[in-house]
Amino acid sequence: SPQVVWSMLGNRQFCSYKMTTKTQNFCRNEYNLTGLCNRSSCPLANSQYATVREEKGRCYLYMKTIERAAFPRRLWERVLLSKNYEKALEEIDENLIYWPRFIRHKCKQRFTKITQYLIRIRKLTLKRQRKLVPLRRKIERRENRREEKALIAAQLDNAIEKELLERLKQDTYGDIYNFPIHAFDKALQQQDAESESESDAEREEEDDDEDVDKREFVEAEDSELSDFEDMDKLETSSEEEQEEEEEVEKKVSHSKSKGKTPLKGPARRKRPYIEIEYEEETEPSTKTKAA
Amino acid sequence: AGEGSGPVPGDGTGPPAPEQVLFPPTFSVSEIKNKQRRHFMFLRWKQQQRKEKLALKKKRKKEREALGDKAPPKAVPKTIENQRVYDETTVDPNDEEVAFDEATDEFAPYFNRQTVPKILITTSDRPRGRTVRFCEQLATVIPNSHVYYRRGLALKRIIPQCIARDFTDLIVINEDRKIPNGLVLSHLPDGPTAHFRMSSVRLRKEIKRKGKEPTVHVPEVILNNFTTRLGHSIGRMFAALFPHDPQFIGRQVATFHNQRDYIFFRFHRYIFKSEKKVGIQELGPRFTLKLRSLQKGTFDSKFGEYEWIHKRREMDTSRRKFHL
Repeated sequence: SPQVVWSMLGNRQFCSYKMTTKTQNFCRNEYNLTGLCNRSSCPLANSQYATVREEKGRCYLYMKTIERAAFPRRLWERVLLSKNYEKALEEIDENLIYWPRFIRHKCKQRFTKITQYLIRIRKLTLKRQRKLVPLRRKIERRENRREEKALIAAQLDNAIEKELLERLKQDTYGDIYNFPIHAFDKALQQQDAESESESDAEREEEDDDEDVDKREFVEAEDSELSDFEDMDKLETSSEEEQEEEEEVEKKVSHSKSKGKTPLKGPARRKRPYIEIEYEEETEPSTKTKAA
Repeated sequence: AGEGSGPVPGDGTGPPAPEQVLFPPTFSVSEIKNKQRRHFMFLRWKQQQRKEKLALKKKRKKEREALGDKAPPKAVPKTIENQRVYDETTVDPNDEEVAFDEATDEFAPYFNRQTVPKILITTSDRPRGRTVRFCEQLATVIPNSHVYYRRGLALKRIIPQCIARDFTDLIVINEDRKIPNGLVLSHLPDGPTAHFRMSSVRLRKEIKRKGKEPTVHVPEVILNNFTTRLGHSIGRMFAALFPHDPQFIGRQVATFHNQRDYIFFRFHRYIFKSEKKVGIQELGPRFTLKLRSLQKGTFDSKFGEYEWIHKRREMDTSRRKFHL
């Protein structure tokens, strides 16, 4: 009888479906209505019992009665419930008429929960599923290592600088930057055309004499430009850009003579570090001494 | 043979003068069963090897100096780039077939200046803070780009809308565990779709010695080392993101540098200090990409026609073989 079964399984002896946790006991039996291990919810300890279970999206009502207790194969009677929620509830009521209130109530509750989660499943499958691709640790590590090595081999800064200088040489920037080497090339081209060359030489020699002081001053400034602070100041507005271009142009006019005498150029560039104080006409003599 | 192997080999802790010990000619260090002794013998062998190598180097150097001018030129060290397996799809600069292909492929309208690039940047669902900030910074780097939140929309539905609103490119940044780790770049009017794995993402505040924010000027583009046909098409994809005419006033340059199949992206501001020296300052985010697949049409994972997929078993077998 069910009382005996319960007094054995429920409290004292071992029930293989029972799962104990700190606060509660659960029942793992697939026909259990509430999932807890109680006197009223144990499908083994109640001779009249009913559950709602779903299979492949359809819900069934399972019932067990005392009459069939001797026939385990026919013990559980299965009724398909309609897809319509209200109709299914009525069907449950119909089938479980005159059954204890507890079982009826719990069956309906369980059925509600089941339909809710079935709806959610259907909604989720319509949305995009996130596909989880497992990372392979060894491969991830290998790729990270190779990336580091490739980064070192790439020497990005050098490559970018080289590329920019290439573009400068190939004149993609047009007239924005005027540097001595361009002036030198232009001067060379002008020299090839004979008539113009001499007059240019005269003009540039005159510049040479006049702008001695300024040239030295300008070169000292040049080394300061390498600070990034200056670059930031230059970036802020286009007006300052124009000012910078003007300065560059001034430098150009002063240093055009350098283009004429390339050998002396680098040697003279070292001067400012030594001779910043000397800005007077005595310069030419010091030049010869140093040379 | 007997007298040699009598005194125990591996006499490190015992009496000194190991030179007197002779070993049978077939003896090898790995045959000693005792780990400590084996280890000791191995270290000794290693030291000997190193000494020999050093002696050899010195000798060579002396010979070199002795020869002076007549010395043979220094041998070029082998690097992975030197030893790279020759790829048959390497593009020859004068190849007509390639030039013809490029004149008629999906990027032709861009390179003929018929279209102005307009870019849509978005992420996967529910992006976290880092990804959002990265998208914003990317939007400042790429001119004429807009960031939109994904909000669970399907890409297949977004794409026709984008085409209707005249977008030329779509960038989707995929996120995993709060960091961006993938990039899908799709050229819109049914252009190719490239899927990259993204790594080492550094936001602007994490870059040391950086400059101020990038301005709205159109930057220049540098594409380095895209040699094969595949590399060429990817390079063109990147080039098509930026408007055709860079504003040199801005002095900004965006670089895509390919090295051993890793594409490094950097964004710099440059200044020419003289005709032989240029200074660069890094602004803007940086990241590295590795190509995973290239698809012919727009993004379609199920029915798309893949032009190139990275197959690990076949393509990763040689350390000197690269595909881009």
